[in-house]
Amino acid sequence: MTFPLICFYLFAAATTLAALAVILVRNPVHAALCLVLTFFSAACTWLLADAEFLAIVLVLVYVGAVMVLFLFVVMMLDVDIDPLREGFIRALPVGLLVAAVMLAEMLALIGVRVMDMPVTPDPAAAAGVSNTTWLASALFSQYLLPFEVAALILTVAIIAAIPLTLRHRTGVRMQNPGKQVLVRPQDRLRIVKMVATKPAATSGEAPTP
Amino acid sequence: MITLAHFLTLGAVLFCIAVAGIFINRKNVITLLMAIELMLLAVNTNFVAFSRFLGDASGQVFVFFILTVAAAESAIGLAILVVLFRNRATINVDKIDSMKG
Repeated sequence: MTFPLICFYLFAAATTLAALAVILVRNPVHAALCLVLTFFSAACTWLLADAEFLAIVLVLVYVGAVMVLFLFVVMMLDVDIDPLREGFIRALPVGLLVAAVMLAEMLALIGVRVMDMPVTPDPAAAAGVSNTTWLASALFSQYLLPFEVAALILTVAIIAAIPLTLRHRTGVRMQNPGKQVLVRPQDRLRIVKMVATKPAATSGEAPTP
Repeated sequence: MITLAHFLTLGAVLFCIAVAGIFINRKNVITLLMAIELMLLAVNTNFVAFSRFLGDASGQVFVFFILTVAAAESAIGLAILVVLFRNRATINVDKIDSMKG
């Protein structure tokens, strides 16, 4: 048993236990934190598969952005947990049965063909470049159009998410920058023509000495 | 030595845990979204393993695209969740049946 294999077993065990905790714990905040641990351990196993760039991207994008978004939403919504846990015990045997049968089928399929697959050297190292260079040369030549479409999808996601959560409250005083810019001086300021000095009172009663 | 079977087994185990999570947390939308993320992670693990052992960069490129789409999906899903909670004051799937005939 080599050192990378021991590391793989450790990381895989951490991934599996954390994934189990995600679906079993009661508190959604704890579930989100366990999901962070799952992604981190999975990134470690990807490192063992020589996918350094994707492992770092998984930590940056998922742990850094998506899971923070999850935690933000979970903490912002004041969710009452108890009604959501009602059917938990009743559904537990069915869920475990389905998962166990699926797992047995998949493991049987994996065991049939793959066990005797020859171990190949790392393709990126064989080509003499780093993993990032190897990935980028494929991404920016063969997959350039899908790459641009991915950028478009992210833009559409932003444009969809912002109007969904944008809220127009009534009864709140707000500034309207458009109206502020369009205002003209004559709308706000009235210049009144008048003489600069006032003539002294000539008629009427004289000032008392 | 780590073989392809090790990675595929890890992916299968993760996927089955996610399926069980969808079964036993049917009422909680947040946990359902987390289970979907777990499924995508399992699939991505398979892609990375096949890319490594077949020596083809396309697998890792696809993981890149799946990460992009998954980030967009969770952003829109959570936005819908926030709007839903604001309008109905619940995220219980059983209570969200106003379109049921």
